[in-house]
Amino acid sequence: MHLLYQIFIDPFVQMGSAPDLFVQTLWEGLVSGVLYALIALGFVLIFKASGVFNFAQGIMVVFSALTLVGLYAHGVPAFLALAITIGVMFVLALCVERFVLRPLVNQPEIILFMATFGLTYILIGFGELVFGGDPKLMITQQLYLPTGSYSIKTLGGFVQMQKIDIAAAIIASLMVASLAVFFQKTRIGRALRAVADSHRAALSVGISLNYIWVTVWFAAGVVALATGIMWGARSNVSFALEIIALKALPVLILGGFTSIPGAIIGGVIIGVGEKIGEFYWGPLFGSGIEEWFAYVIALVFLLFRPQGLFGERIIERI
Amino acid sequence: MFYREAGQYKTTYQADQALFPILQDKIGIILILAVAFIVVPLTVSNFAIDSILTPVLIFSLAAIGLNLLTGYTGLLSLGTGAFMGVGAFGCYKLTTFFPNINIVVLIVCSGFISAAAGLVFGLPSLRIKGFYLAVATLAAQFFLSWCFIRIPWLYNHNISASIEVPERFMFGIPVTGPTATPVTRYILVLSIVAVMTWLASNLIRGRIGRTWMAVRDMDIAAELIGIKLYQTKLLAFAVSSFYCGVAGAMLVFLWLGNAESESFSINQSFLTLFMVIIGGLGSLLGSFFGAALIFGLPIVLRAIKEGLHLSITSATVEHINFITLGTLIILFLIAEPAGLARLWQVGKQKLRVWPFPY
Amino acid sequence: MRAPSNTGPEVAVGDVLLSVENVSLSFGGVNAVSDVSFDIRKGEIRAIIGPNGAGKTSMLNVINGFYHPQAGRITFKGRTRSGMKPYEAAHGGIARTFQNVALFRGMTVLDNIMAGRTLKMHQNFFWQLLRFGPAMTEEVEHRHRVEEIIEFLKIQEIRRTPVGRLPYGLQKRVELGRALAMEPELLLLDEPMAGMNLEEKEDMSRFVLDVNDHYGTTIALIEHDMGVVMDLSDRVVVLDHGIKIADGTPDEIKKNQAVIDAYLGVAH
Repeated sequence: MHLLYQIFIDPFVQMGSAPDLFVQTLWEGLVSGVLYALIALGFVLIFKASGVFNFAQGIMVVFSALTLVGLYAHGVPAFLALAITIGVMFVLALCVERFVLRPLVNQPEIILFMATFGLTYILIGFGELVFGGDPKLMITQQLYLPTGSYSIKTLGGFVQMQKIDIAAAIIASLMVASLAVFFQKTRIGRALRAVADSHRAALSVGISLNYIWVTVWFAAGVVALATGIMWGARSNVSFALEIIALKALPVLILGGFTSIPGAIIGGVIIGVGEKIGEFYWGPLFGSGIEEWFAYVIALVFLLFRPQGLFGERIIERI
Repeated sequence: MFYREAGQYKTTYQADQALFPILQDKIGIILILAVAFIVVPLTVSNFAIDSILTPVLIFSLAAIGLNLLTGYTGLLSLGTGAFMGVGAFGCYKLTTFFPNINIVVLIVCSGFISAAAGLVFGLPSLRIKGFYLAVATLAAQFFLSWCFIRIPWLYNHNISASIEVPERFMFGIPVTGPTATPVTRYILVLSIVAVMTWLASNLIRGRIGRTWMAVRDMDIAAELIGIKLYQTKLLAFAVSSFYCGVAGAMLVFLWLGNAESESFSINQSFLTLFMVIIGGLGSLLGSFFGAALIFGLPIVLRAIKEGLHLSITSATVEHINFITLGTLIILFLIAEPAGLARLWQVGKQKLRVWPFPY
Repeated sequence: MRAPSNTGPEVAVGDVLLSVENVSLSFGGVNAVSDVSFDIRKGEIRAIIGPNGAGKTSMLNVINGFYHPQAGRITFKGRTRSGMKPYEAAHGGIARTFQNVALFRGMTVLDNIMAGRTLKMHQNFFWQLLRFGPAMTEEVEHRHRVEEIIEFLKIQEIRRTPVGRLPYGLQKRVELGRALAMEPELLLLDEPMAGMNLEEKEDMSRFVLDVNDHYGTTIALIEHDMGVVMDLSDRVVVLDHGIKIADGTPDEIKKNQAVIDAYLGVAH
């Protein structure tokens, strides 16, 4: 009886009695949700355009951030380091296209999916080899990103909002909007969608797969870098981030693998759900339910709506 | 000219469907078993047995488990580590409650516990497939990993949150715990793995193996010839988890002697998957090859470092290990998706026509 | 090898084995099949023909249980229902082949056809595990049956070849073998001659006739080659744009104006 009360009544009572805490938790959830969404965005980009489910997307976030701070630590000025990192992501896109995608063209998706596991391990090994595995600080100030926070007096208490988080939300929205427009309206965007549908058909109408793939993996790399910078600004940059990066998967399930708005909404739902779940229901279970809560949400969703909120319904034809 | 089938004809279907229909193969397997059971304990050092042979056998069993699910039934699973953990912790609790029951019996029972867990987390396979199912197995992995740390009852409220394996005896000889010798543990592991591999090969060659492969190749067609998809998939989950659970229990009780939740993390799931990919999806023999390669790689790298007297840290060796693993995966997927097992078959083909080129 | 009755009452030759009543099927606004009714009599070879997009494969899919019609019902061996699961159809005695060969590519010819025997294999998990005693006996017994089929279809040399390596014509034959392994009462063939040259067509036609003669299996086949249809079938039903436009013997159909119009593309 007491347990039922604890599960169904008490958390809401707590929410009501300290609304500023509730809003704070909501905000935290929103922020991490936005960041999850950005990781998911990278996935969606690549999946929409090459049909490849890039498991390494999360690692690319860490890798790019690590490259940036690593370069800076070796004395490279901040913005030059940024430019070089973007260059590195471009080279990465070239390498992936040449050595992974091209040889595996026309293979079943599951093979390509497994190839991205290999890519993940290569990036982890390489990143740690070159830059070291200890956690590093993000060069937030050097990039002229805002630090510090606003403290808003509201709802009987205080709600703190980090400026970097607000910046992250704004940058994310801008990226999403421009990508959505890019896919729908431009010629290249159409070509990308064609490639995602069928490699062979796209080839036969003269779309250069190689060019497309490099473009989209580079774009995903840039998104990953932006995500890495913002995430690194909130917590340190290390490969422990990869677990967080894996959280993008439930986001994709919720939002659908091919939908950009879906990635955002899915991210927000997961982020908020996770934080609220952890804060109000977590103590019941012993802490740390954040580790799996997102997956359980995703699982429940899968059972009722497998294609996600916005994904395309898969109809099997015989 | 040695590996020829000429003159060997089968007069019954039973003989035709035997596990080793070719005489040379029959002799080969008997030799291998003889070497493994008799020669190795007598000649190979305890150190080599304990640090290479025993773990490779254990991981081979886990790889077989994953292979049954992913290679034969086509259901990609990223939860292997967790199911191994269920077996390990299950065995620990069982032996805590029943300290006098033979540990091998308990290891097998813990397989059933793991199978039950596999069944539960396989339930979503009714409605979801492919990547989505893989993500569901990730849910299992993260949830169970969390359980291994946050449920103190599992490790008997031990302060260090890990299991310490108690001493257990069989026929008066210690088989687990610090007093058990490497050879004893090796023989036990070898026996269990040999028997379970044989059982797996029986399943594969019969009706159940065919239904699994049918589901993998074209589940719609499988349904239309009368196969019940859901039951087939659930059975695959259960059997696969059984194997992984036994492997996990053996990992802790017959090799490591203790366990932390790290042994059953997502990294273990990935490593097992790599073993299966490199060894060959859909090949029992490949599971052994894959386990040997994946487990042996860091050992080889370290040996190279020592041998060439390279002044690099062991952390660096770890990183090179990761890079090599990732590269191998991609290479195998490109060049030989059927893995080392296919290379082995090609090798045998060449042997058949030797000394002619084709 | 007489086709046994799996469930339901024994249907005599000449009686209606399966009847389709007022079946309509649509996919999100596209009407694949509209209010179609016809029957199939036991022991006959029934052809379903029509121009492309007429709804023939959809019709077969409905009979099979793969698609569920929005309206109408199917009566098979006296039992009526509107929606049936594919494996229920299989257990009830319906087998089929597909336009795009639906073989299990990772398996050999022998394994594919043995897979067709799954329905008939009952030994439980425990015996399968040991592959001994009852399980072995069952395996050998079914191997006998499968070898009969292999001999019938003359594919002995390729029994251990993975099906992915076989030429198209042979793949279709293996698929027929797998369907036959189910010992069906009703065999649905979806364009069994598609993509074959003259010689292969003659072979396949002979197999179809033999299956009907020898095993007594009722056959429903979709086919575009008019020569084949006229030679093989006892009765024909013609669909166009999802509607039934004719039903009768091959001679009657040949002379039917509506059929001729449909094929020549006369606007209506």
